[in-house]
Amino acid sequence: MSVLGNTALSFSDDQSMIMDVSRAFCADKSPVSAVRGLLETDAGFDVAVWREMVDMGWPGMALPESVGGSGLGVDTVVPVLEAMGRALLGGPLLSTLLAGQLLLRAAGNGTGLEASSRAGSEPSGFLHDTLSSIAAGAPATVALLDGADWGAQTIRCELSGDSTLRGAKQQVLDAAVAEWFVVVAQQAGEPVLVIVPKVAIEPAARRDKVLIDATRRAQSVDFTGVLAADGAVLRGPQVVSALRDVRLLGALLLAAEAGGSAASCLNTTVEYLKTRKQFGKLIGSYQALKHPCVDILMAIDTTRSFVYHAASLLGSDPLGHDAEVACRMAKAQATETLKHAGDRAVQFHGGMGFTWECDAQLYVRRAQWVQQAYGDAQHHRKHLAQLLLDR
Amino acid sequence: MSPVNEQEKVAFRQEVAAWMHTNRPVDPGFLLPQSFMEVGSEQQLDFLREWQHKVWSAGYLGMAWPREHGGQGVDPVFQSIADQEMRRHGVPICFNVIGLGWAGPLINDIGSEAEKAKYLKGILSAEDIWCQGFSEPDHGSDLGNAQTRARREGDDYVINGTKTWTTMGNFAKYMILLARTNPHAERKYDGLSFFLAPMQVPGIDPRPIRKLTGEYGFTETFFTDARIPASCLMGEEGQGWKIAMKTLQYERGAEAGAAGGLAFVRIAIDDMIAELSDVERDGAPALEDPSIRDQVVQMIMEEKAIVLGERRSTIGPLTTDYPFSLQLSTKLRFTESTRRMRQLAINLQGADGGLYVGDDAARQGGFWQRAYLNSFSATIGGGTSQVQANIIAEHILGLPK
Repeated sequence: MSVLGNTALSFSDDQSMIMDVSRAFCADKSPVSAVRGLLETDAGFDVAVWREMVDMGWPGMALPESVGGSGLGVDTVVPVLEAMGRALLGGPLLSTLLAGQLLLRAAGNGTGLEASSRAGSEPSGFLHDTLSSIAAGAPATVALLDGADWGAQTIRCELSGDSTLRGAKQQVLDAAVAEWFVVVAQQAGEPVLVIVPKVAIEPAARRDKVLIDATRRAQSVDFTGVLAADGAVLRGPQVVSALRDVRLLGALLLAAEAGGSAASCLNTTVEYLKTRKQFGKLIGSYQALKHPCVDILMAIDTTRSFVYHAASLLGSDPLGHDAEVACRMAKAQATETLKHAGDRAVQFHGGMGFTWECDAQLYVRRAQWVQQAYGDAQHHRKHLAQLLLDR
Repeated sequence: MSPVNEQEKVAFRQEVAAWMHTNRPVDPGFLLPQSFMEVGSEQQLDFLREWQHKVWSAGYLGMAWPREHGGQGVDPVFQSIADQEMRRHGVPICFNVIGLGWAGPLINDIGSEAEKAKYLKGILSAEDIWCQGFSEPDHGSDLGNAQTRARREGDDYVINGTKTWTTMGNFAKYMILLARTNPHAERKYDGLSFFLAPMQVPGIDPRPIRKLTGEYGFTETFFTDARIPASCLMGEEGQGWKIAMKTLQYERGAEAGAAGGLAFVRIAIDDMIAELSDVERDGAPALEDPSIRDQVVQMIMEEKAIVLGERRSTIGPLTTDYPFSLQLSTKLRFTESTRRMRQLAINLQGADGGLYVGDDAARQGGFWQRAYLNSFSATIGGGTSQVQANIIAEHILGLPK
């Protein structure tokens, strides 16, 4: 077997249809003027647009019909994230999707939620209600990060024997609007998930973060003292596997989004190079500017190939070796692609590129946040080396 | 032709596999060419000639070509099975590629019966080696501007000029030659004609070009009042450009008809990893060194992206953003990634990376070192990487010239 391994790539009619719809929607609702209008607002996104996304069923797209979702595979949300990335459209969709997937998978996905209590997780009722609420459009988020290390293996946040949480979580995405928090904690060294409703968190426990990507919002949240409700704790081997899956899905969905952003970033740069004249000629005719644009184009093409390859390997079962390889490659590639596209966008716009007014800043700033989230390129390549070379 | 059933295919595959297994040549004790553009010595030539003749005699070359001209007249699927088995068994190349892959299919398609009878069988048996006279020293990529002159004199054409990068020019019996019969044509393309020209006539002087590897494989070919029979003209005067373009279609694999056989030995990234599994670095296996691992993973991703890109290019909805960008960048991606991989393979060898072909301690006889140096033939030939980037920038991104 070649080290290149699985090279399947398919694209379903569902994905194709959803790609068309979401692209048209995002382009319509999120022109760059709208993106700019939201940069310095508290919310960071347009609630009316979010409601429309809810009405289209996006938060529940990959949740089962038994909780009111559409029952489509998680592969179908990949083109949505890509479309949002293209339009720099913000809002709590990504965090909501990941929270839903984490709960679903921890509950013993594929066997149906009714079976979750049999499978060892306590709370079929509570979990069912939470997922139903998410599918109906209540924003949710995963409180995952204890420190600055996305690759950390030890969980610092603790659930005590009397069901009280102790510890703070960093950069909890969309925390300000989340109805539900899925807190990743440990109890006696074993990972557990605690579903916390927003009302359980004191306002003083939240602190707004200032992110380099001004299209996103996050808070640090101190969960110390929060009492886990009856049936709100999930534990067992499925939690371990669900956490692994959601880290990979997070990487993939962000890769899709970053790939979309890189494409519109390149388009922005290319448009400028086609209109800006210096020394009597269009600067786009200079090879010093042309060739890096081609490098970026090829990197965008590569990103898409990896992203949709990975999407082809996703199922409702725990992700296998090939899917893990694919998700990690997608993120490693997408991250580097958007970094390069954003960096060159600023440089190639010259003095304009140094201004707030120039759209290049939107991309270069997003690139810095995205490269870290759910693991940077070096992190994923390190894991890829183990997966591919230590066989 | 009736469709081939699966059973027949399986049986044939087994037959070829058994033959390849039995007949795979032993290591000749010298480094074989990795592609048909690297045949530099008589020793290599004799070896490859014998091998191709053997493959053809066994019935595994030119299978879809007509029976009366040395082929088998069977469905092309059999040839592709034979090729796959050759690849799988790691046998040497069928080196007469310009005949097998370009000139042969052309003659098969548009040649006269006399031309077919005269040329096809010798191409398959490796008796007649073919070369190509398209490029000229002053017109690297600008084929339409070829200046080599062919002047009609009685029953002959008199050829004057210079062709370059003639693969196996010093070994070839025939050349597919693009020359200018009418220097006054209104459009430069209309002045060109196409010849199936003999090489062993007075006035044709192929001088081997020594490559950066120290080896040979190409010639610069000088024509000084060389007389070739007028019957060598293919088609009619003025059709040269059209026929040359058709030839390029075969060369690029865009049109079927090739006789088959391996044109080059594929080096997969797996080969590099396997080769380096015993190399040490700082006292530990090199493949455990974090920085090396990172480079190897990046290389794997590069290679995998090419395969995935080929898949994605066939999925309509996933190709609408930058139409044809995947196709148009294939050459650039593939040749540059090949070059980088071979460079990395040398880099990872430690002190052995500094050895070269001829040193008895060089890994695989210096295979990787030579392969790296030869890889530039692809990043330069057929339009340099920089020209490719210009084409992509202008055609896909719409940037100004």
